[in-house]
Amino acid sequence: MAHSEQEILAGLGEIIDEIAGVPADQVSPEKSFVDDLDIDSLSMVEIAVAAQDKFGVEIPDDQLKDLKTVQDVITFIQK
Amino acid sequence: MKFPPSSPGARIVAFGDYQPANVVTNADLVARIDTSDEWIQSRVGIKERRIAGPDETVGDMAVVAGGKALAASGLSPSDIDLVIVATCTQLDQIPSAAAGVATRLGIEAPGAFDVNAACAGFCYALAVANDAVRAGSARNVLVIGSEKLSQWMDWTDRTTCVIFADGAGAAVVSASEEPGIGPVAWGSAGDRADKIYMRENKYLHQEGQAVFRWTTTELYPVALEAMERAGVAPEELTAFVPHQANLRIVEAIARKLGAPQALIARDIVTAGNTSSASVPLALSRMIGRGELPSGSTVLTMGYGAGLTYAAQVLRIP
Repeated sequence: MAHSEQEILAGLGEIIDEIAGVPADQVSPEKSFVDDLDIDSLSMVEIAVAAQDKFGVEIPDDQLKDLKTVQDVITFIQK
Repeated sequence: MKFPPSSPGARIVAFGDYQPANVVTNADLVARIDTSDEWIQSRVGIKERRIAGPDETVGDMAVVAGGKALAASGLSPSDIDLVIVATCTQLDQIPSAAAGVATRLGIEAPGAFDVNAACAGFCYALAVANDAVRAGSARNVLVIGSEKLSQWMDWTDRTTCVIFADGAGAAVVSASEEPGIGPVAWGSAGDRADKIYMRENKYLHQEGQAVFRWTTTELYPVALEAMERAGVAPEELTAFVPHQANLRIVEAIARKLGAPQALIARDIVTAGNTSSASVPLALSRMIGRGELPSGSTVLTMGYGAGLTYAAQVLRIP
């Protein structure tokens, strides 16, 4: 069952709030994890693991470095 | 054929530890490479670490830590009949560290060998010592973790050289009526051997994100299995003393144990990641500070290159 873009964005907001302490309302598609949200490479792994639990899509470590913005993750989960 | 009588249990009777004198702070590293105190503390949780002198060897550090544990045990060198050194950072493949360490401590002709299970080495060695005593193959075993990671570092690689350090920790294991070392839960994943390695180019290589994912998602069931096999509930733990790989890994595993009352070892903050030395080093230092009362129940766990992992429950002497 595919998830809508809005569902994924809301889910990522909750995950990022819990893992990195960034309020969910600041998590918008154009934001860069490193530059805008101050999320480091280890927190990205935690976000990937939590996103896998939530959406059932595995995000391997070798793909993580290419996922620079919130939109990149949404697109990855949707495809 | 006959066998000597076995022992109902084995327990640790004493600990010892050693750290090199040279303290290297994050500020010292900032002066040499492109990093920052904030980066190091937020990624790995380390403020300072100890680095051995150029002539100081794995064996030298093992002798000091082992000697302290032996002295604290009240046993004489002749009482020790097996010496096991967990290490993965000796420059020489042979001879083992253990035989030479035994001789320097005045222990005559014990069984002696090294264990290489990388950062899980001490927990593996402790399991072997426990089994040797229980089976009657040894009466008293000196188990040491000793590592000189600094001689395998690329000191221009800021992703590794800020993490690893040098040191040693030791324990004396003796026969006892009551078991003081629980059954080991251990295993390996050789299909992921490429995640952490040291090869002939002399440098330790680690895939940080892969190791972080493995340790924070797959290891807590091993810790739970060790408790279940020992018949110890999470709420009975006084402390959780895992390998001091990275403070974020330590805390992530600890959160999943269901033991909120347990003290979590954070020795990495001032000791760095000392591979197989980190568990006995942390235990010995925590006991020295009065944080682990005699008779208290502690869960230890090692994990590292191989990949390898091992966990067991201990009673503090």
